[in-house]
Amino acid sequence: MAEFSTFCRHASKFTGVSSVALALTVNAPARAEDQGVLKIGVIAEAQAVAGSSIPSAAQLAADEINAKGGIDGRKIEIVSYDNHSSSAESVRAFQRAVNEDHVNAVIASYVSEVVLALEPWAGRLKTVMITPGAASDVITQNIAKDYEHNKYTFHGYLTSGALSGLVCDAAKDMLVDGLKMKTAVIMSEDAAWTTPLDAGYMQCLPKIGLQVLDHIRFSPDTTDFTPIFNNIESKKPDVIITGVSHVGVQPTVQWKSQEVPIPMFGIASQATNSTFWKDTNGATEGVLYQGVSGPGVAVTEKTLPFVDSFQKKFGNFPSYAGYTAYDDVYIIADAFHRAGSADSDKLVTAMEATDYIGTIGRVQFLPKDDPHVHGLKTGKGLITGLFLQWQNGAQVNLWPAELAKGKIAFPSFIKVKASLN
Amino acid sequence: MLLWQILIDGFAISSLYALGATGFTLIFGVSGVLNLSHGSLMVAAAVAAWALGASFGGSYVGAIFGALVALLLSVVTYFLVVRPLQQTKRIREEEKEIFILTATLLWGIMIQEAIAYLFTNNAKTVLPIVGGVVTIAGVRTPANEIFTAAICWLAIGALWLLVNRTQVGKTVLAASMNPRGVTLLGVELSIVYIAVWAIYGILAGIAGVLLGMFLGVSSYSAGPLTASAFSIVVLGGLGSVSGSLIAAYVVGYLETLTAYLASPAYRTIPALLLLVVVMYIRPRGLLGRR
Repeated sequence: MAEFSTFCRHASKFTGVSSVALALTVNAPARAEDQGVLKIGVIAEAQAVAGSSIPSAAQLAADEINAKGGIDGRKIEIVSYDNHSSSAESVRAFQRAVNEDHVNAVIASYVSEVVLALEPWAGRLKTVMITPGAASDVITQNIAKDYEHNKYTFHGYLTSGALSGLVCDAAKDMLVDGLKMKTAVIMSEDAAWTTPLDAGYMQCLPKIGLQVLDHIRFSPDTTDFTPIFNNIESKKPDVIITGVSHVGVQPTVQWKSQEVPIPMFGIASQATNSTFWKDTNGATEGVLYQGVSGPGVAVTEKTLPFVDSFQKKFGNFPSYAGYTAYDDVYIIADAFHRAGSADSDKLVTAMEATDYIGTIGRVQFLPKDDPHVHGLKTGKGLITGLFLQWQNGAQVNLWPAELAKGKIAFPSFIKVKASLN
Repeated sequence: MLLWQILIDGFAISSLYALGATGFTLIFGVSGVLNLSHGSLMVAAAVAAWALGASFGGSYVGAIFGALVALLLSVVTYFLVVRPLQQTKRIREEEKEIFILTATLLWGIMIQEAIAYLFTNNAKTVLPIVGGVVTIAGVRTPANEIFTAAICWLAIGALWLLVNRTQVGKTVLAASMNPRGVTLLGVELSIVYIAVWAIYGILAGIAGVLLGMFLGVSSYSAGPLTASAFSIVVLGGLGSVSGSLIAAYVVGYLETLTAYLASPAYRTIPALLLLVVVMYIRPRGLLGRR
């Protein structure tokens, strides 16, 4: 009997304490959201060259904003997660970020497979997520298909469709008009982001005057590219139009060591890294690639100061995803400010009204009824990208003409049919 | 034309496989260890060669440094991972092999992750010692491929000379046949084992650096390299060096033929299928003793 009454006493105390605790926890998130630190979760591939810039650039932006007093008096805190290039780990990180670390928004990855895996979770957990580097069009197509559920996702980089259009625009000026080229072979890795890219290439290349002789998709695990280059060479195209991101060093080095006499032009995201010359021991000489930034190129008045600060703080230049991650922190902070609250639905509405001059151009998102809703608006005055070439250890911008810093030049083993003028 | 391309390309890659597999089978034959950190050692050598070569701009220095790093890592593997487990009294004799196998696997993963942490998981290529191209039977081949095959065979030849013509080598061979007998002759077995792991380290280092020059490596390459060495050695017969050499060429050419005639994506499949067939028909491999 005595034990029973003791039990009852303990039980009622327990119930009392736990109900108070329950009341506190139920109320706590709502209070924490509108007060105190604003947390932005950053999920990225910290061991990859492109991914490692994402948390660094985000931290830089947060430090700058906090130094100016934060957002409406609230400081920004960056919470980083290394996803080890795995979609499964990214999902776990996202769940942890929202449920345990109570982040208000997430900046996620440059890998399309990862972002596509996270997109439904942004919807389920009603948390704003923006990607600074993935390219697949499917990301925005999913938002268009189910806006109410997927509206929390924003695509902070160029879609593959947009990228293919930009490559064709540059190819028209530089290759067709400039070098009188007529034929091309498309060479791309078999990944989520290249499916819409290649579809875009197949459509726009003939329109600018380049006949597509073959379309080769290789496994991203490929280490020996000799058979692939052999195959391409046998078709005798004027140019190889590329779509590579997961690979870069190996095909470039083998292209050079085999002295494949055909230039490479297109998307080669590893070539955008300032370490690429060293990584390839200079084999990247003459490779032409699309980028959103280039050394010494002031795309906007914010570009070069950002590069300077990044270099001073971290000792190396930012990857392409670093520029957009930096902008994304400012964009999210600006949206917090305009929404006046960290409530996700209000944040979405504020993000949609974004009009921000970033480091790669003017950022505005496509509106609700667009097939690429929440994607970046592209075009003159907004974001056009650049086209660069590695020359003598430096990345030289060649396009658009008004931002060009040099002329196109090829290594001696390249046979360009027309004369260069 | 294509035939010559396949013959030449296949020869280079097979020679690389042969060098790597020779080291792998040597360690198994003498030390009884299936070293699953094999791929990581090769990658470490290549990355070290790249790192130094990039700073000092010299390909020879980088290459030698890479081989030395592998040598060091190999000896460390013996002292840190293998020997403590071989000598401990806390594990039953019959179970020691599995423990050592698992330990080398874990050690390999640790090396792989350390490389990714320090140098990123991006692919690295080593500056080739020999650049440019040569034309053989109408096929434009990087001179580096010829160089690779030549160095591989020089190394294998040197190993043969060592084992068959020198005292050190003959002791090592004897130790692989009968360790007890060798101790009765007054030879310190531990010195023999250190020598074997050192030789293995140099072989794996050379193979790694050459692979770095030829195709490039990344921290992701470690697993597939170990798997490929393992399947070649099992195919050729565990412990048989000549078996490994033959198997290396069989696998190398199968892979090359598949890459050229079917698709590079299916490269590894026929070799694995062959391994399954051989295991079924002749489990000791082509020239295996056990």
